[in-house]
Amino acid sequence: MLRYIIRRLLYAVPILLGVTLVTFLLFYAASSPEQMARRNLSAKNPSKAQISAWLVQHGYDKPLSQQFTRHMSELLLLRFGKSDATGEPIWARLRTGVGPSSLVAALVFFGSVIVSVTLALLVAYFRGTYLDAWGVFICVLLMSITYIVYIIGSQFVLGRLLKYLPMAGYEHGIGAVKFALLPMAVGIISSLGGDVRFYRTVVLEEMNQDYVRTARAKGVSEQAVLFRHVLKNALIPILTKTILSLPFIMMGSILLESFFGIPGLGTMTVDAINSQDFSVVRAMAFLGTILYILGSVLTDICYALVDPRVRLE
Amino acid sequence: MTGQVLQNLIPIAVVAALMVTIVQAGHQPLWAEAYRRLRRNRLALAAICVIALFGTIAVLDSIGWQNGRNEPRLTIIDRVFQKPAERTYSAPLAGVTAGEQRPHKLVVKHLLGTDAVGEDVLYLTLKGCRTAFLLGGLTSLIVTPLALLFGMTAGYFGRRLDDAIQYLYTVLDSVPSILLLIAMMLVLGRGIVQMCIALGVTSWVGLCRLSRGETLKHRDRGYVLAARALGASHSRILVRHILPNLMPIVIISVTLGISNLILSEAILSYLQLGVQPGVGSWGNMIDAARLELAREPIIWWNLASASSALFILVLAFNVLGDALRDAIDPRLRSS
Repeated sequence: MLRYIIRRLLYAVPILLGVTLVTFLLFYAASSPEQMARRNLSAKNPSKAQISAWLVQHGYDKPLSQQFTRHMSELLLLRFGKSDATGEPIWARLRTGVGPSSLVAALVFFGSVIVSVTLALLVAYFRGTYLDAWGVFICVLLMSITYIVYIIGSQFVLGRLLKYLPMAGYEHGIGAVKFALLPMAVGIISSLGGDVRFYRTVVLEEMNQDYVRTARAKGVSEQAVLFRHVLKNALIPILTKTILSLPFIMMGSILLESFFGIPGLGTMTVDAINSQDFSVVRAMAFLGTILYILGSVLTDICYALVDPRVRLE
Repeated sequence: MTGQVLQNLIPIAVVAALMVTIVQAGHQPLWAEAYRRLRRNRLALAAICVIALFGTIAVLDSIGWQNGRNEPRLTIIDRVFQKPAERTYSAPLAGVTAGEQRPHKLVVKHLLGTDAVGEDVLYLTLKGCRTAFLLGGLTSLIVTPLALLFGMTAGYFGRRLDDAIQYLYTVLDSVPSILLLIAMMLVLGRGIVQMCIALGVTSWVGLCRLSRGETLKHRDRGYVLAARALGASHSRILVRHILPNLMPIVIISVTLGISNLILSEAILSYLQLGVQPGVGSWGNMIDAARLELAREPIIWWNLASASSALFILVLAFNVLGDALRDAIDPRLRSS
């Protein structure tokens, strides 16, 4: 097991190298530092001296090869340096942002897994009936609405019309939950359509297997078949989807956080985008990648834990 | 002058090419059967009608001409639907402006009201069609051949080439797509073409992986061996024999992909990375309208028309994609 995990993590090294290379190409080669400086300097028409001063200050004046090695080594050692726009160290901002972000992400993650798997089982249980047909159609409807409209709509209905929840803001400590509920609702609803449809297909596929027929023939009740036999076997694809969605929930809350005023990593990224702060975006892209790779390793390990047929050698 | 004519010919040529392809495909047994099944699906027919309607608006919005030498180029949609600007917001079909201390009389009635600077919302919504189709269509047009080329060669030749291509797309896939999208838009700048490129880079991986897997499945089948035994070259086998077998699954995933592309535009617009202001886009309209719900009286028509237009088009593509899947390959049936 341990050997497998280590080997799996070693596979991630070339991918990480590749990602650092991609970010380098994107941020250094595709856009000239002069442009970046121009965008970052507040003056409308910065003078040559101002631009070169900015370049020297941020280390963009060195030859490309030197910048390349610096960029690669810094990212790989997780030394993100300072923000291009504000000069704050990026790690400090990450540390303050990670708490609120994880709270929202955890709520969205567990909420959406529970809700969508339950609904999918329900729809699969009533397969072939009107409930099933309408359920699938509603899923397609839900899939066709953009994230932004979900956010605006739920904020409007729950926060303004019904006044159940605060519209935006954040408060540290236990009060945070109150502010995280609305983002959680949006996060769950927005992914509901696609998830339920996917899980339903997975469950139905299992339901056509021979062992289900055998169980029914033995006289096992329909509920027991669904929960004990089918759900267990459907867990592998469900696990893959949920765990691989983890970094996307983290990153998907980029929009949620900035909209609801939660001071997390998402808000930080949006601020960085608005102020053209390349070093922060670069750091976030790299961190997101690490999360994704960790997620995929985690999925493989979970396979082995859930399914005795899978051996990790 | 020739530039003007060319500008108008491009959309017409694209539509004509699309029509010819669809009709030509109908001569093949597989597609003829699929069309027959599609025709029986009323929901799918409705979706096709909706897409055709939006598409017509988009094409009409691409054909235009100048009145005089220094006049702006006005499209057919501009000429028919553009209305004189009002002072500020006005509700649908209202006679006076909304949200002003002393409401002013409107110049003309507006079916869907007006926005902050007094532009007709119906007109703006119609202008958004072209952007949506450009994003969905142009991106798919860029992405599909590239993804197929990479995916099929990787699956067919295997070994080193496969490793290299797999490495390439695993790396790109490892960066969360929204961040990659944001980074690319930051670097490339705002604009429709830039957005197409950025969306293309983030969306080719799925199709590439899919076509690689399918090619891998077909590579050792009897018909490929037979073709090789007859002396067919690799490129001939790939293009004439394997590609037609991949087409159904590719077309399904492209149709479903278009709806995702259109949805992404709204997200990018919210992050201020959408198309330039001035080019009609539903994302920009939604973004502009998002603070207006907090006003008194509530300005809802702006948001409602942009998001319903977006919703209807995306829904149509989703329904069509599902129907195509059911029609082409009963094994992949969603139910």
